[in-house]
Amino acid sequence: MDMNEIKEIFFQECEEQLAELESGLLKLNDGDRDPETVNAVFRAVHSIKGGAGAFGLDDLVSFAHVFETTLDCVRSNKLEPTQDVLKVMLKSADVLADLVSASRDGGGIDESRSRALVKELEALAHGEMPSASAHEAPKPAPKAAPAPAPVAKAEPPKPTDESGFQPIPFTFDGFGDDEEPALEGSVYEITFKPRRELYSKGNEAALLLRDLSRLGDMSINCDMDALPALDKMDPEASYFGWKISLKTVKSEDDIRTVFEFAEWDCDLDVKLAEEAASDEELPMIPVPFDLGILDEPSISEEEEKAVQSSADETVAAAVSAAETATSVAKAAGRASEKKESAAAAAAAAAQNNAAAAAAAAGQTIRVDLDRVDRLINLVGELVINQAMLSQSVVENDATGTSAVNMGLEELQQLTREIQDSVMAIRAQPVKPVFQRMSRIVREVADMVGKQIRLVTEGENTEVDKTVIDKIAEPLTHMIRNAVDHGIESPEKREAAGKDPEGTIKLSAKHRSGRILIELTDDGGGINRERVRQKAIDNDIIAADANLSDDEIDNLIFMAGFSTADKISDISGRGVGMDVVKRSIQALGGRISISSRPGLGSTFTMSLPLTLAVLDGMVVTVAGQTLVVPLTAIVETLQPEASAIHSFGASQRLISIRNSFCPLVDVGRVLNYRATQANPVEGVALLVESEGGGQRALMVDAIQGQRQVVIKSLEANYTHVPGIAAATILGDGRVALILDVDAVVAASRGQSMKPEMSLAATG
Amino acid sequence: MKKKVLTVDDSRTIRNMLLVTLNNAGFETIQAEDGVEGLEVLEGCNPDVIVTDINMPRLDGFGFIEGVRRNEKYRAVPILVLTTESDAEKKNRARQAGATGWIVKPFDPAKLIDAIERVTA
Repeated sequence: MDMNEIKEIFFQECEEQLAELESGLLKLNDGDRDPETVNAVFRAVHSIKGGAGAFGLDDLVSFAHVFETTLDCVRSNKLEPTQDVLKVMLKSADVLADLVSASRDGGGIDESRSRALVKELEALAHGEMPSASAHEAPKPAPKAAPAPAPVAKAEPPKPTDESGFQPIPFTFDGFGDDEEPALEGSVYEITFKPRRELYSKGNEAALLLRDLSRLGDMSINCDMDALPALDKMDPEASYFGWKISLKTVKSEDDIRTVFEFAEWDCDLDVKLAEEAASDEELPMIPVPFDLGILDEPSISEEEEKAVQSSADETVAAAVSAAETATSVAKAAGRASEKKESAAAAAAAAAQNNAAAAAAAAGQTIRVDLDRVDRLINLVGELVINQAMLSQSVVENDATGTSAVNMGLEELQQLTREIQDSVMAIRAQPVKPVFQRMSRIVREVADMVGKQIRLVTEGENTEVDKTVIDKIAEPLTHMIRNAVDHGIESPEKREAAGKDPEGTIKLSAKHRSGRILIELTDDGGGINRERVRQKAIDNDIIAADANLSDDEIDNLIFMAGFSTADKISDISGRGVGMDVVKRSIQALGGRISISSRPGLGSTFTMSLPLTLAVLDGMVVTVAGQTLVVPLTAIVETLQPEASAIHSFGASQRLISIRNSFCPLVDVGRVLNYRATQANPVEGVALLVESEGGGQRALMVDAIQGQRQVVIKSLEANYTHVPGIAAATILGDGRVALILDVDAVVAASRGQSMKPEMSLAATG
Repeated sequence: MKKKVLTVDDSRTIRNMLLVTLNNAGFETIQAEDGVEGLEVLEGCNPDVIVTDINMPRLDGFGFIEGVRRNEKYRAVPILVLTTESDAEKKNRARQAGATGWIVKPFDPAKLIDAIERVTA
């Protein structure tokens, strides 16, 4: 893995964090005061900042930093997350998202907006926080270069420095050099006495002394006076202190940096030798420092030096002293380890397994979408193949043997399961799309000066990724419409006795193998008078047409229809609800509206869960084989002559349980035949159209029910009105999949403009 | 023998950077995504050093460090805290919880490796 791949991961992660951020902020906006929500929000910004820092994305880092600082005020209860505060934060989340995109794709962002938000965020943080720590300039990635501070000016870093931690680069310039750096420089006298906490936090005196020795020429005295008799010894106590003389060109700061991690847990004194000259108190054994006990290859030079320099007995004494200190300090840690060592060895293999198992828990993998698509395609072929096999078995009359039958059935079952499993891989919650909508609501509401709250429900409802990708656009358009036209201005709302803040509700749920997405606003509802007038003006309906309320409402889906008196910047982009309807239909979906004057409107979209397969009823019409999506069919029936009634010149109705339902001859609508077939000789499929009304589709015969793999007609041929797609049947023939709504709409054409393409898939 | 490092961080980006950096430097790397998983993985992986983030879901770095220090078998393992926090308070809390040292993010590879070398033999 190289840095570019990690960067790619970073941007993916940013998307997730941004989603997390937004949903958290929205929860807070709804009054959620769970500290974990605040924490999650904070973490999201924090993570983005952390990653951005690693890649030197300075713009992103500095904005995230300011944002994070303000969020930290909320987290520590210094700032109350009021609606106003959250408004700023939600906007900041949007800017953060823009910055992430800009960092990924290049390109700029609206800098004045981000600057203004930085000011607002800082003001929020300042409002409640002591100015000293209110904010600090975001640091760019600290350079690894050493900052050579003059010895005279050097100040030891204070553990509880209010101004915050300064990254101190630790460099071991002297280390590994063969030249003797200590030929010139100063001599420091260092006294170092660890407390037991130093060891309990995993620090190690011997390692600190090792690091110190790398700074220059060092000699060391160990003070062992405090060491009690063995039977009195507390294995975890710290008994030793060291007095070190270090000749080095390094500064006092560099020396203290060695003890950076340990300075709270030891007594440390660093002085230039001259100052310390009179400081001799403890009787010490002077020895050159030897690191043999550390047993580490990288310090072999020191070992050599030690061997060359002295065969002095005292060396051994010092070594054993240091060793005792080390082992005493580590005694506790090791004792338990040793006790368990036998068991540990035996369990070694099991341990690995345990670690792997722990790592596997709750894990996900990321897979390139292409691979999943390829798999889905292959499974599609498998389904077709299986159907063909079944058919040829039937045709060759091999069904006599039960083994073949059972095998076939099992194969069918398996194929179906594989297909479902593969589909599940691509299923994703609609959450990301819903979250995008909340930003659109905010921005459009801001633009038109309305106060609107978006409430989402069922955002974890899963649907095929291809469906998700494709509903974003029509949904965006509908949301814009709802904000722009649906919700009234605050004044109007107040005049009508409503909450000046409008509510738009977006919900998703599964219903009988489809996903139902509802968009409800509590605005003024459809102005039927105006819609009707507009439809007449635009020559969509006849001036004297007699339409139900529902039918009037559904006029807004007609091509070239727009009720906005003036074309606004937001929803009037020459794209009407007809385009929305067409794109929904292209997905095999339906859309309808119900509206109550003064109370608001609800748009209902029903979409298939997947675009790859379809449960269909295979029927025959005028010698052609067609597939009717099963989800559209309410029931099937064999019409009796007495139930058929003529109506007008060519219309016919069928009476079903005392209600009349228009009869649609599919063969006529698709121009398969010139004259209407006799309904009594065929089968009627009762279907529900998106307007809510029922129609009876006449076909000649039903062949059976089957799952079919959808093959796009547009991609392979061209769009055909009344036909949604094609499929390959078991016998290898191509069958067309009926677009029920389009056929119904076409048959209804008499009262509207008889234009097939009106409702045809786009 | 390779030194073994256990890293605990909820950010996929940072996890990957740690992995690449540590592997390139010749360490064996074991990773966990939060404190809870960190403590689970700890059992049986016997690391020479632990590198952990502070801000994490489920169990944050402070809680994780305390958990390690309570563990009879692993309480002496050096723990380095990875943090973008520049404020002294967090560092203090980490120390009080039992952290050995810290590395300020954004870390550069040399800094990370240096810090690890400092606390391991």
